[in-house]
Amino acid sequence: MTLRKQHVIDPEICIRCNTCEETCPVGAVTHDDNNYVVDPEKCNFCMDCIYPCPTGAIDNWRMVERYYTLEEQFSWLELPPETVPQAGAAVAGEAGDEEAERLIAEAHAATGGRPVAPRLAPQPVVGLYGRAAPAIARVAGNYRVTAADSDNDVRHIVLDFGTTPMPLVEGQTLGIVPPGEDAEGRPHAIRLYSVSSPRDGEKRDSPHLVALTVKRVVVRQPDGQVHRGLCSNWLCDLERGAEVQVVGPFGSTFLLTDDPEADILMICTGTGSAPFRAFTERRRRTMRHAPGRLYLFFGARTPSELPYFGPLQKVPRDLLHQELVYSRLSERPREYVQDRMRARAELLAELLRRPRTHVYVCGVRGMEQGVDEAFAAITRAHGLGPWEALRGRLVEEGRYHVETW
Amino acid sequence: MSESIHVDYSTRIPNNVGLAEDARVRRALEKWHPGYLDWWMERGPDGFQQALVYLRTAVSVDPRGWAVFDFVRMPEYKWGILLAPKVEGRTIPFGRHRGEPAWQEVPGEYRAMLRRLIVIQGDTEPASVEQQRHLGKTAPSLYDLRNLFQVNVEEGRHLWAMVYLLFKYFGRDGREEAEELLRRQSGSQDAPRMLGAFNEETPDWLSFFMFTFFTDRDGKMQLEALAQSGFDPLSRTCRFMLTEEAHHMFVGETGVGRIIERTCQAMREAGIDDPTDVERVRRLGVIDLPLVQKKMNLHFSLTLDLFGSEISTNAANAFEAGLKGRFREDKIDDDHRLEHDTYPVPRVVDGEIRIEQVPALTALNCRLRDDYIRDCQGGVNRWNRIIRKYGYEFELRLPHPGFHRKIGEFRGHHVSPEGKLLDAAQWEARKGAWLPNDDDQAFVEELMATPEYRPGHYARWIAPPKSGINNKPGDFEYVKLHP
Ligand SMILES: Cc1cc2nc3c(=O)[nH]c(=O)nc-3n(C[C@H](O)[C@H](O)[C@H](O)COP(=O)(O)OP(=O)(O)OC[C@H]3O[C@@H](n4cnc5c(N)ncnc54)[C@H](O)[C@@H]3O)c2cc1C
Ligand code: SF4
Ligand code: SF4
Ligand SMILES: [Fe+2]
Ligand SMILES: [Fe+2]
Repeated sequence: MTLRKQHVIDPEICIRCNTCEETCPVGAVTHDDNNYVVDPEKCNFCMDCIYPCPTGAIDNWRMVERYYTLEEQFSWLELPPETVPQAGAAVAGEAGDEEAERLIAEAHAATGGRPVAPRLAPQPVVGLYGRAAPAIARVAGNYRVTAADSDNDVRHIVLDFGTTPMPLVEGQTLGIVPPGEDAEGRPHAIRLYSVSSPRDGEKRDSPHLVALTVKRVVVRQPDGQVHRGLCSNWLCDLERGAEVQVVGPFGSTFLLTDDPEADILMICTGTGSAPFRAFTERRRRTMRHAPGRLYLFFGARTPSELPYFGPLQKVPRDLLHQELVYSRLSERPREYVQDRMRARAELLAELLRRPRTHVYVCGVRGMEQGVDEAFAAITRAHGLGPWEALRGRLVEEGRYHVETW
Repeated sequence: MSESIHVDYSTRIPNNVGLAEDARVRRALEKWHPGYLDWWMERGPDGFQQALVYLRTAVSVDPRGWAVFDFVRMPEYKWGILLAPKVEGRTIPFGRHRGEPAWQEVPGEYRAMLRRLIVIQGDTEPASVEQQRHLGKTAPSLYDLRNLFQVNVEEGRHLWAMVYLLFKYFGRDGREEAEELLRRQSGSQDAPRMLGAFNEETPDWLSFFMFTFFTDRDGKMQLEALAQSGFDPLSRTCRFMLTEEAHHMFVGETGVGRIIERTCQAMREAGIDDPTDVERVRRLGVIDLPLVQKKMNLHFSLTLDLFGSEISTNAANAFEAGLKGRFREDKIDDDHRLEHDTYPVPRVVDGEIRIEQVPALTALNCRLRDDYIRDCQGGVNRWNRIIRKYGYEFELRLPHPGFHRKIGEFRGHHVSPEGKLLDAAQWEARKGAWLPNDDDQAFVEELMATPEYRPGHYARWIAPPKSGINNKPGDFEYVKLHP
């Protein structure tokens, strides 16, 4: 049995104001004298209609085996009872899929409390596609975003979903199903990748074009053998036009706040920069002059190994304050993200004091430790009390987020 | 998507119209701003200016721009100037200029007509804030209090929207009109608001819900008609305002619906089978359905007067000029010029009400009114559904369009809610049964005298809403009265 998600309108709450019909970019909403309804064949879950609806009637979802037809929906006096409990936007967890749920939970483990979405975050769709019926995308672009001569091969991979809806908001991840089976003949586990394009797509108005930032994993093991990461290598070698099976979207807490007055502090290493590219693009496209600013602390070994080094130089400074930190520059002592944080203690203390600051930490597992220590030193020195207490409050308010792997 | 969907916060007045680069208009607005704030403090919500209210503010004009809810003090609300995105290549959709590129500047020959349309629309916006200024003191819940204030700040923003057009496109006259908008006052003897219904009191919450259901819906119809305008800045302004207007309609429809729900519930609990047993029902501390019907009759008829005379050359001129269209003009399949069409209009002729065919151009007000009535009927059907759900036979009905009218074809005639012509004596004898009388008003005001400010609690005469604003839980404190 395959279940599909259907977007429906609660006729008991709807006041037939026509806002949704006016808003829907694909003409999926229509009405008769009785009800406003959503055409399941047209709706692509872009969520554009959700916010302007004055009643919330349109924020309803059903998992169904067979779509309710327009005629059935026109005849409703109330929503039919839910036969399948798990219904899209309302799933309890972050993924609506056990395998992904576990990966996300591990990635958020170092948050310092149960992760909470920012108060003004958009409502994400999660678990739209599972292994049973993954979305199929084609590679529309694949190019390197670290210097060609560096050891670190990080790729910007653009996936084209064509007409398959893939609603995303900044901070979410997608799962990739690597082809083939493992030694025991089981399908490979899915791998998660943070989406590095904003919700309206790699280019403006192109939600079907979704970017990932993938590092080619090549690990020299203690026995001298080299392990080439299965999924990352497969992805990094894909040619234009190649087919990729995608599950998701996942993640309902590590999300960019929509609050234009919020200052956003982003701390990352390596491909942890992926979601922050999406954050920056979103702000640049929609809130260029928002009173809140973006602050990026970004660590790599050298500039040539820092993903997106070139494009970052072109981001206006009044939009994004940049602290690029290198640990392997020749004539220089090693500097890590946490060292630079201590050096900018004044700035960070000021940001932590502001009631709307949101902090995001993303990158390799273990980096959160250095970050925590730096914050602890800063809060101690600046009279902000013990870091753990402050962090606890920030987490509860949806203002502190960690995603590491 | 064009740049202009994004709101610029670098100036004092959030906007997506490039105010930062338009020094003349920016300065004019900045000069007007203090007077506006004075108006808001003096004639806006009385006694709640320091409260923190959970309000929705548009941060951009794309759909997601509506997602921002936050606690704000009303005087600090971000009244901005927001226009719907420009549609490239838009043409004038109707009238004698149909098919020509939409105007980006005021066409000289229509300047006066256009200014008048904008001023009339603009005058209604602050008026309703004034009419509703005392309601906070009798709010049935913090949820309803918040909804009232959301409506109020948005009406304030609608005033900004119209004032921007006046400053931007009408030079000195525009500036003077903008001052006048702050000077006229609802119900005032010497400087009343321009339209009758906006000088009536909104004395209680049932009236408030009826007002937002019926009178804000007139606003919606007018905005829909102006959204079709060939003058593109007006069209874009109105399209954006419609999204806010929808919320006002929601407040009205669900407000009345919740009152009906509570009444039916209470009647069932008390074993009352006859909903017209007014005295018994009132003893339960809920509002009887016949009184709901009377308030409906009142607000419906007052609002129909806002559409102006059924037969009007002004309306014809505005249409021919391409300034004000019909409801959803873009969805109508005809020649959009109407020179040879007719439209049925009910009129009083020889002592009876007859339907007469009149030239469609002069009947445009009547047509908009008919579209309005259809729109109202949808909501009334939902109310009746609630009554039926509780097993009562009672049915709420919109009165005949000729009932209790002061403007247009029925002016000077007496018409019953069923549409029968009456003489003056018959009318005097019956009107207390059709419109709220002094006893009714005294009952409502006493019933609603004490506010309910405890989070999650509701006055006994109204049911809680089916879901919270922005999915907030039932006991959410929508207004922090003493922050
Ligand atoms: C929430 C989340 C978001 C993620 N976002 C991204 C992203 O945006 N970009 C991205 O490239 N990856 C991201 N990852 C990691 C990604 O999911 C895969 O784990 C990674 O690509 C390795 O998969 P693989 O199949 O290539 O390696 P596998 O064949 O699974 O081999 C993994 C093994 O290699 C070793 N290994 C893996 N990575 C490294 C490393 N970086 N350094 C040293 N040893 C390593 C480990 O010991 C591990 O046992 C994310 C993971 C999570 C959970
Ligand atoms: S926007 Fe909401 S209330 Fe309005 S018609 Fe659509 S679903 Fe109904
Ligand atoms: S989710 Fe998007 S496509 Fe679906 S009805 Fe809403 S606006 Fe239309
Ligand atoms: Fe308004
Ligand atoms: Fe309104």
